[in-house]
Amino acid sequence: MDKPLTKNIDMSRPPLEIAQYQAAGGYESIRKIAAGLAPADVLQQVKDSGLKGRGGAGFPTGLKWSFVPMGDNAPREKYLVVNADEMEPGTFKDRLLMEGDPHLLIEGMIIAAYTIQASKAYIFLRGEYIRAEHALKKAIAEARAEGLLGSNILNTGYSLEIVLHTSAGRYICGEETALLNALEGKRANPRAKPPFPQVSGLWGKPTIVNNVETLCNLPGIISHGVTWYQGLGKGVDHGTKLFGVSGRVRSPGCWELPFGTTIREVIEEHAGGMQDGYQLKAFLPGGGSTDFLLPEHLDLALDYDVIGKAGSRLATGTMILLDDRTCPVGMVGNLMRFFSHESCGFCTPCRDGLPWIEQIFVDLEEGRGSEKDIGILEDHLGYLGPGRTFCALAPGAMAPLGSALRHFRQEFEDHLSSKGCPYTRH
Amino acid sequence: MAKIVIDGVTYEVNGDNNLLQECLSKGLDLPYFCWHPCMGSVGACRQCAVKQYRDADDQKGTLVMACMTKANDGSIISIEDEEAKKFRANVIESLMISHPHDCPVCEEGGECHLQDMTLMSGHNYRRYDRKKVTHRNQYLGPFVGHEMNRCITCYRCVRFYDDYAGGTDLAAQASHHHTYFGRQSDGFLESEFSGNLVEMCPTGVFTDATFSAHYSRKWDLQTAPSVCVGCAVGCNTTPGERYGELRRIVNRYHGDVNGYFLCDRGRFGYGFVNSAERLAESQQGKGTGRRTVSEDEAVLELNRILDGGQVIGIGSPRASVEANLALLQRVGGDNFYAGVSDAEFAQLQILKQLSGESALHAPSVREIEECDAVLVLGEDVTNTAPRIALALRQSARNRADELAAAAGIPSWQDAAVRELAQRELSPVYLLSGYATRLDDIARATVVDSAPGLTQLAQALARTLDSAAPTPAATLQEEQKQLLGSIADDLKGARRPLIVCGTGSGSEALLKAAANVARALATARGGDQAVDFCCVVPEVNSVGLVLMAGETQSLGLALKKMQAGDVQAAVVLENDLFGRAPQSQVEAALAGVGQLVAIDQLPTRTTELADLVIAGTSFAEQQGTYINYEGRAQTSMQVFMNNQAARPAWKWLRKESETTLAGLLQTAETTLEGLAGITAILPVSAAAVAGMKYPRQSHRYSGRTAIQAAANVHEGKQPEDRDSIMAFSMEGMSSQRDTAVLPNTWAPRWNSNQSVSKFLDEVGGHLRQGNPGRLLFTRNGSSAGYFEPESAAVTTGDFTLIPAYQLYGSDELSARAEVVNERLTGAYVALAPHDAQQLGVAANDLVTVSADQEALDYPVCIRRSVKPGTIVAFTPAGQFPVAGAGDQVSLSKAQGSGQARFGNLIVSDLQQEGI
Ligand SMILES: Cc1cc2nc3c(=O)[nH]c(=O)nc-3n(C[C@H](O)[C@H](O)[C@H](O)COP(=O)(O)O)c2cc1C
Ligand code: SF4
Ligand code: SF4
Ligand code: SF4
Ligand code: FES
Repeated sequence: MDKPLTKNIDMSRPPLEIAQYQAAGGYESIRKIAAGLAPADVLQQVKDSGLKGRGGAGFPTGLKWSFVPMGDNAPREKYLVVNADEMEPGTFKDRLLMEGDPHLLIEGMIIAAYTIQASKAYIFLRGEYIRAEHALKKAIAEARAEGLLGSNILNTGYSLEIVLHTSAGRYICGEETALLNALEGKRANPRAKPPFPQVSGLWGKPTIVNNVETLCNLPGIISHGVTWYQGLGKGVDHGTKLFGVSGRVRSPGCWELPFGTTIREVIEEHAGGMQDGYQLKAFLPGGGSTDFLLPEHLDLALDYDVIGKAGSRLATGTMILLDDRTCPVGMVGNLMRFFSHESCGFCTPCRDGLPWIEQIFVDLEEGRGSEKDIGILEDHLGYLGPGRTFCALAPGAMAPLGSALRHFRQEFEDHLSSKGCPYTRH
Repeated sequence: MAKIVIDGVTYEVNGDNNLLQECLSKGLDLPYFCWHPCMGSVGACRQCAVKQYRDADDQKGTLVMACMTKANDGSIISIEDEEAKKFRANVIESLMISHPHDCPVCEEGGECHLQDMTLMSGHNYRRYDRKKVTHRNQYLGPFVGHEMNRCITCYRCVRFYDDYAGGTDLAAQASHHHTYFGRQSDGFLESEFSGNLVEMCPTGVFTDATFSAHYSRKWDLQTAPSVCVGCAVGCNTTPGERYGELRRIVNRYHGDVNGYFLCDRGRFGYGFVNSAERLAESQQGKGTGRRTVSEDEAVLELNRILDGGQVIGIGSPRASVEANLALLQRVGGDNFYAGVSDAEFAQLQILKQLSGESALHAPSVREIEECDAVLVLGEDVTNTAPRIALALRQSARNRADELAAAAGIPSWQDAAVRELAQRELSPVYLLSGYATRLDDIARATVVDSAPGLTQLAQALARTLDSAAPTPAATLQEEQKQLLGSIADDLKGARRPLIVCGTGSGSEALLKAAANVARALATARGGDQAVDFCCVVPEVNSVGLVLMAGETQSLGLALKKMQAGDVQAAVVLENDLFGRAPQSQVEAALAGVGQLVAIDQLPTRTTELADLVIAGTSFAEQQGTYINYEGRAQTSMQVFMNNQAARPAWKWLRKESETTLAGLLQTAETTLEGLAGITAILPVSAAAVAGMKYPRQSHRYSGRTAIQAAANVHEGKQPEDRDSIMAFSMEGMSSQRDTAVLPNTWAPRWNSNQSVSKFLDEVGGHLRQGNPGRLLFTRNGSSAGYFEPESAAVTTGDFTLIPAYQLYGSDELSARAEVVNERLTGAYVALAPHDAQQLGVAANDLVTVSADQEALDYPVCIRRSVKPGTIVAFTPAGQFPVAGAGDQVSLSKAQGSGQARFGNLIVSDLQQEGI
């Protein structure tokens, strides 16, 4: 099975240097472009590939790019920004890519930047990813020395510089417009959409923000072609994806698998199944801001629509498992503390709603909860729902909360009747 | 025009606006916090949610934020929808969870937008029963108080302070529900518009500290529509009084002048009215022989002098039209002199001459905001006419709106427009004597003395129109290039603006500026007047020059006095020592028979007078003032002086029957410049059965008890024989006539946000018309370009540039206690290199020697002062050692000063110099 994203990754050794990387077929896509692929040709291939964004929303990448103004009347300055903030709870896929094979990201960036004719590309990197920072720095320097970055790349007449920016930290910086504000040195509050970044983004100029993994798909598509790419998947969506599992499994981790792989296969085969004495109770299929699914959903295929129809989201594809000996209320309370703390403080429902929710969870935990509190939690579900808040952080937080209230109502009630958490800590 | 349906009713609206604007403009009640008519929408508070339906068949609808949604033709929305109401109730509940609920002890209580919105959104009982978030408050200086616990995180303060007004020391800090609005550390708010935070903040975080010091509820204040006497912009204000004391000043909306904003001088500089120094009674005699005289005695004595013959009157730019008129009519036009320095008088004459020219137009503040290319010539607008400086910041933003329009972003999408435009601004060129606070919006700045700037302006006029006079000097290539870009930008603009004024102290520069405007009018085809904003220093500078004869300068008056040709001189609200060199004033006073001074506060002139007449402040009298654009505005009396001070016009009128209206009527027929002025008089035609308009609100409390400490019987309310207002709660509703409308108030809207209910559209004009009237009639063509004059050459090492200061240049506000903390005292600013050469450091004294005089000043070191020039600040009441463009010599003197340069409102202080 082809593993275009991780084929070069071996975490027991340092990432490939540029010579080895090229020997393994790296930067072939750039040479193909240099041999005569126009931006519009690349765009068409990316559109045809069916690539969807891996940052969470699953938005078709080619379509997103097509909103960028092109041609002679387009602004001269345009930007590509790589979203490498990766702070979604339970998500550690971009880290693997950047630490394991930094040249793949750079190659993807060159393709994307060339397609939209960006004048500069930024990597907005989570501040704690120090290893990734070193790997990327080294790789950028190598690519530059090789003439793959800088002016007139491979005589295409196209020039590109990459700027690596390490974030000062905060989950909201991963939201693409808050990211742009942060990159501009402003307060990391999200921006209103419309206007979308494709029209008015970084420094007010047309900008594409893509996730690390999204971009890492591009070299394969351009080097090997759309047909090859579409042959990778097993299900509806095309290509491969990094799927991760955390929780009480035997070997938590992150693996590149084709779309359409079943959840059961990921958990039981790749993660080695549950640890002894633990049973799967539920799981968040795509990181902290997705709805709980139940063991009955294990045989679902990992495809955006399939998971969507089951009432959750594939999102980042990194699952968090809840076992039968861990309190679901405690788990959701932990997430609520995270989201509440990470609220940027711009809009009212999120800023003032989440702390109340957080406090209710503390009270439930410490035996001070009441029936009224559960009503207040329910009240907040709609109040912090999609379209009600300024950005998607709060609706994301409501996903685990709402589904937990649906699936684990009894556990919430138990916290009231037993005046505290009925689970013993372990 | 677009048609939209709101709760089943069809409305015609402006489809470019957002739904919130349109709902409010239609008089509908829709709660909101973060939106502001001047600052647009950001969608932060989520309070303005409404239901929007796709079409008539859509039963479900979606919630949208009204402020973030365009009022497209065919939109169908509901404010009353249950889901929308529930959401808004949730929002207000959220906002209130950590609110201290300290309304009874909160200064905002009773005029609080948060209170109003809480009721409107239907939040009564608190479900939140946990710990509240609390914050530490900051000391922000003498003007503005800070109580962060009341914050609802609407971001309005920072959006006003930083984005709208260009401040840099207030910021949103921290995040989630700990978001904090304040400075990096305790300290004075640096912006000269900080007081607007008090009105911008929808709750009681930022409060008027001067008001808190003698607090009273809004409804317990006696108020009247007034005009700021701080400068010549003529912002409309509402002063509030209780117990005979002026308690505060707030903004009064005027669609053309100040809109929603005042500057800090105007808002906080009122303390002089309550000053312990006030002249409570009239006095006679000099030195130890001085004694208090009764009102009757004062009148008798004054009349005796006035009727004695050979009397001259010296008018005042800070006194009302009526006060000046009363003096003028009493002494006769030939004996009425303008009480301003001769240099300023000459400049004002130019302004008067230009005021009839049809190629020029004096723009209102609103019009200034519409201009998209600006040239400032020699005026430090921030310090001389702050509200105009605030408007210029908005002019610079027109470029952002253009870019947004091209990108299809509505101009009210505030954050989106700013992000798109980033630092792109409409062209603003600042050619001034020293670096000013507006430097950050300038495309280019030139710092030079008046003669230097005059040469540039002359060359610019010539660049614009080859028929303009040949400039005296040849320019360097760099200068030519700059002038070329200025000329191109001015010619290419939709609405270009030339700003100049008396602040430069130079008549030649003013003339050159006029030439630029005339040349620009020609270059643009000549069929449209060019906006020419000539800033003057005082509230009635224009009024005074319209009344005084062309030759009636103060210099002439002083000469006559010195020559012994004058029996008596009556000085109206003026300190001669601030208007002419000390030696001249002293010589004049020595020659005059009797000196009468009418004023509110003691000055060096009142000290030397034979008769001191106690005058009233603006708040204790009705008066008309004419602003920089020739706009005559009436300021109504707020309260009665309870001592023996009386309005100057009353002291001076010959017949006790003479009324304010009578004075103006006579003036209108005798003084050409005042034609049309009676049109602004508030008329009582609407009054029924002799009823007047009350100054006290319907909730005014304690009237029967106010005097109880002195007398248990309820005293009769003072009677107002002069105006159509009454010192009473009873009478006609003042809410229907903007001429007598002190406060806006509407059912469910107790805060200043109620003003929307009085406007033709939000941010628009007062429905019954903005009060006041423009007096300049422009039907004359230009008399031709002013010919450049060669300046008289004096000798010395340095060219003097006069500086003007928001705090300190104005005689009255400088005497408010809180303003005192912001004063610097006199100083001269030097370039770092020149200071080094002279061997002086900040606050060392230097002797500045001019033709006639030599004075010592503390030194201030400023980065961008042009080497070879000195920037000299002289506080009100003192006369500068030399004039603009004069040559002076400098030498190090003994000793040091204590000027607090940290208070300067400039942009180039040398850090060590503070
Ligand atoms: C609160 C929040 C946090 C986010 N964090 C990330 C992140 O860390 N990395 C990421 O790629 N996308 C993140 N996203 C999604 C981005 O906004 C954006 O959709 C994505 O970067 C687009 O890239 P794609 O089209 O390649 O998926 C976040 C969104 C929200 C609302
Ligand atoms: S939902 Fe609102 S407060 Fe929360 S992160 Fe987004 S913009 Fe900020
Ligand atoms: S201080 Fe006032 S204006 Fe500023 S965010 Fe808080 S409530 Fe709004
Ligand atoms: S700008 Fe002038 S008129 Fe307006 S408030 Fe300030 S001092 Fe008063
Ligand atoms: S007023 Fe519309 S969101 Fe604040």
